[in-house]
Amino acid sequence: MGRYILKRLAISVVTVWLIATCSFFLLHALPGNPFASTQVLPADVIEQLMKYYGLDQPLWDQYLKFMENLLHGDFGYSLKYAGQSVNGIIMSTFPVSAQLGLQAYFLSLPLGVLFGIIAARRRGKAVDYALVGFSVLGVSVPVFIVASLFQYVFAVKLGWLPVAQWKSFSHTVLPTLTLALGSIAGRTRTMRTLMLEVTAEDYVKTAKAKGLSSAKIVWSHQIRNAIIPMIPNLGMEIVGILMGSFVVEQIFAIPGIGAHFVKSVTSLDYTMTLGLTVFFGIFVVGANFIFDLVYGLVDPRIRVVK
Amino acid sequence: MTETTKGAAAGLTNEDFQPVLSEKSADVIVRPSVSYWADVLRRLKSDKVAMISFGVIFVIALFAIFAPMFSPYDYETTNLKATNLAPCAEHWFGTDQLGRDLWARVWVGARVSLFIGLGGAIAPQLAGILIGGVSGYFGGWVDMVIMRIIDIGVCIPELVYITLMMLFMGSGPMAIILTIGMVGWMGSARFIRGRVMQFKNREFVLAAKTQGASPLRQIFRYILPNILGQQVVSITAAIPGAIFMEAYLSFIGLGIKSPMTSWGQLSQVGASFYRVHPYQLFIPGALISVTILAFYLFGNCLRDALDPHLRD
Repeated sequence: MGRYILKRLAISVVTVWLIATCSFFLLHALPGNPFASTQVLPADVIEQLMKYYGLDQPLWDQYLKFMENLLHGDFGYSLKYAGQSVNGIIMSTFPVSAQLGLQAYFLSLPLGVLFGIIAARRRGKAVDYALVGFSVLGVSVPVFIVASLFQYVFAVKLGWLPVAQWKSFSHTVLPTLTLALGSIAGRTRTMRTLMLEVTAEDYVKTAKAKGLSSAKIVWSHQIRNAIIPMIPNLGMEIVGILMGSFVVEQIFAIPGIGAHFVKSVTSLDYTMTLGLTVFFGIFVVGANFIFDLVYGLVDPRIRVVK
Repeated sequence: MTETTKGAAAGLTNEDFQPVLSEKSADVIVRPSVSYWADVLRRLKSDKVAMISFGVIFVIALFAIFAPMFSPYDYETTNLKATNLAPCAEHWFGTDQLGRDLWARVWVGARVSLFIGLGGAIAPQLAGILIGGVSGYFGGWVDMVIMRIIDIGVCIPELVYITLMMLFMGSGPMAIILTIGMVGWMGSARFIRGRVMQFKNREFVLAAKTQGASPLRQIFRYILPNILGQQVVSITAAIPGAIFMEAYLSFIGLGIKSPMTSWGQLSQVGASFYRVHPYQLFIPGALISVTILAFYLFGNCLRDALDPHLRD
């Protein structure tokens, strides 16, 4: 097990290095320079700026410099937000996105699983149809429509909650609901299918034959097994959740990290894009690493052979 | 004691042991034999949800094709005397802030969105079939390299990747389809690789191999047809995703740009005015939702029709 973990760890480090290297050369292969897009600057000013940020150096030297800084956990300074470090921008925007994402997650996980279980237990009944209908509808309506609809109904018409911005807990309610709705719908459907799949398993029949109460069967036999196939996707899911949703953040004017993924690329802010990419990459690699281990722990059938 | 007397004691005669004459009729094939795809079609036709959702898609496609042709208004002609009109007899869906008729714009947008939906569903599958097929069939270092590239690819934030692509290729339906293809091929390649590996050592493929079939022939003639059903389902299931993606990209300002239009672009414009003119957002929004819903339901029914075991 120890050797396996070490090997995976080494692969993870190499993966992060490859991500950083690939994105570095890809980005620098883009035409244009970061200072030409926003306003028209005289050529010598641009030259000065390029020199100041070391962009006039040979690409190879820039790469080595970038790698050296990266090893120290330093992503450098943003080329667009003068004087702000990429680390600083990430540190100020990431917690906002993460809070929003986690709130939505902890709302959608139990609800989705619960709905899925209820639908599967009442299969073919009205409750099942209602929940399946909800889940189908939930995955069909684009998030910006849901967001606008919520804003329109609860903030503009009823005035119960603030329309936008990120100041107090009440500001977080609508964006959280918006984000959660889609994942509740998706999870309900997955959980329902998984529950129905395990219902036919032998161990469930055995449990029934032993005379266990149906609540006990559902709790300690069905759910525990139905949840397992959800685990491998959890890694990517958590990353998606932490990085927030650009659209929801934009509609509710939330100062999260989402917008930077797009803005930094369109404005050719190399350091910012690279910083975000590596930051994101580390998260994905780390999450996958952890969840692969967890998967082996919860399901002995696929535990790694030493 | 003879046989007959023993039988007679039990009340049985030799005649009781004669073959039943009607036995043969049990083996007669009464109905004409039905091919797999005809059977799929039959199952689909008897599925109400499938037929209704197909009908909805068909009607929306018809409107997308014909509505702009018969509309008295052009999708890009502005009329500053008639801006932001609510839906009325003159303008069925109202007008936008430049006085462009939204009925015409919505259906022209439908063309773009549906085109991207289809193209964006097929493009990653094609790339995936090619790359995943090669990876799965040849295995060894080719497989290793391709899989590692995918492992790294999925670690790059999708938005960064997409934005880069859109910067490279400009905005327009083809650019969006290519971008979706570039982002989506990794998932389908992984899937197809798994399926190809599953089939490449089956007897019928090995038989073809011994008879000298080239790798390409083995993949396309013997392996792919076995995966085709699932691929059709994947493509149908990917259409809503592609329409979503277009809406999403246009909504964040990377996709289709005015005066060209799409449902995503209409929603983006509508979203900034929806507090005053809700119809500008909710009409394209409702159409996106209905279309996605229809494709989603149809995809599920198609999956069930292709393989009734999967029905849940």
